Amino acid sequence: MTTVTEKLELFEVFVRSKRGLDHKHVGSLHAEDHEQALEYARDCYTRRSEGVSIWVVKSSDICASQEDDADCFYDPSDDKPYRHATYYVLPDPVNNM
Amino acid sequence: MTTPQEENFMRKISAEEKIEPKDWMPDAYRKNLIRQISQHAHSEVIGMQPEGNWLTRAPSLRRKAILLSKIQDEAGHGLYLYSACETLGISRSEMIEQLQSGAAKYSSIFNYPTLTWADVGAIGWLVDGAAIVNQVSLQRTSYGPYSRGMIRICKEESFHQRQGYEAMLALAKGSEGQKAMAQDALDRFYWPALMMFGPHDSESAHSQKSMEWKIKRETNDDLRQKFVDQTVKQIEVLGLEHPDKNIKWNEARGHYDSSDLNWDEFWSVINGNGHCNRQRVEHHIAAHDEGEWVRDAITAYNEKKRAKNAQHAA
Repeated sequence: MTTVTEKLELFEVFVRSKRGLDHKHVGSLHAEDHEQALEYARDCYTRRSEGVSIWVVKSSDICASQEDDADCFYDPSDDKPYRHATYYVLPDPVNNM
Repeated sequence: MTTPQEENFMRKISAEEKIEPKDWMPDAYRKNLIRQISQHAHSEVIGMQPEGNWLTRAPSLRRKAILLSKIQDEAGHGLYLYSACETLGISRSEMIEQLQSGAAKYSSIFNYPTLTWADVGAIGWLVDGAAIVNQVSLQRTSYGPYSRGMIRICKEESFHQRQGYEAMLALAKGSEGQKAMAQDALDRFYWPALMMFGPHDSESAHSQKSMEWKIKRETNDDLRQKFVDQTVKQIEVLGLEHPDKNIKWNEARGHYDSSDLNWDEFWSVINGNGHCNRQRVEHHIAAHDEGEWVRDAITAYNEKKRAKNAQHAA
C-alpha cells in the first residue's frame, strides 16, 4: 500500500525571520506543488509569525556535499592558517585592526 | 504626489527595515544601487592586478602563499558583489561590458602602480584598511543582499589588513634600505588611500540621495576622518614618518586635523588619466578574451552531458 506522502513531493522550507537576514532552513514537508508547499509551510512553520518570507525548494533539486567526504573535500583549506586574522601577531597598540 | 508604493518603500527605509529583491523600489534607487554595487564589484576584481604583479616576486614562500590567498579572497568578494547586484535585474555580462567600455568605474586607487614589494604591504594595510572603514559602515546599508554581502566580506577582510601591516612592520624594522622602501610606499599610497572615500560631501553627485535612501550610512568626509584618525597610531608604531606634515590633534573636535587632498589628481585619475587606467582595463579584456575557450568548454561539456542523460532516459 502506498501512502499519500509517498506520492507527494518533498520540499525543503527556508524562512526569513526578519528583513535583512538570510533565509534559514527550518525543515521539510510534503506537497503537491510549489504553491501548496508555500501554504503548508506558512501553516506549519510560521504559526507564530516566525517569518516575513518563505522559500520552498524541491528536495530533489538540492545538490549537497557529503559529510563523510568532508576530510578530503575541505582539505585544500586546512593547511592555510594564514587566512585567519589571528595568525598575525601585531604590537598591542595597533592590534585592534 | 507620492504613490502608496513609494510611501510603503519610504516607511521601510525610515523604520530601518531592509529592502529585499522582490520588493517594489523606485527606479532611481535601483539604478543608484546598481552603480554603487557594480563599481564595488569591479574594484574587487581590478584590485587583483596591482597585487598580482608581485606574486612571482614575493620575498618568501610564506609571503607568496599569503598574497595568493588574499588575491583569491578578492575574486570571491567580487563574486559576492556581482551576485548581489544581479538581484537588481542586471546581468553579469552587462556589468562586465560596462567595466570594459568604461561606462562603469572602479576605485581609482587601483590605477596606481605597485613599484616595490613594500607597495604590497602598503596596499593591505592602507587600501584594505580604508575599504574596511567604508564596508563596516555599509553593513547597515538599506538593501538586504548588499548588506549581507558586506557582513560576509568584513569578516574576511581583517586578515588582509593585518598581513599588510605585518609585512610593513618587517620592512620598517629591517635594514635602512628596507625601511626607506616602506617609507616610500607609505608616502605614495597614503594620499590615494584617502581619496578612496570619494570627493568632499559638497562635491559628491550621488551622496545626498544615497544618504536619504540609506544606501550610504555615513558621508565621505566622516569616513575619511575615521581613517585619518586610526592611521596616525599605526604609522607611529611602524616608526615611519607621517606623510602629512600638517597632521595635528584637535582637542576641540576630538579628531586629527590634516591637509586637504590634491583634488586635481583625484579627478584626473577618475577621468582616465592615472598611471595605469588603460593597462588595467586592457588586461581585463585580454584575460576575459583568453578565457573564452574555458567558457566554451563548459558549455560543450554540459551539452554533451545533457545529450547523454537524455539517451539514458529514453
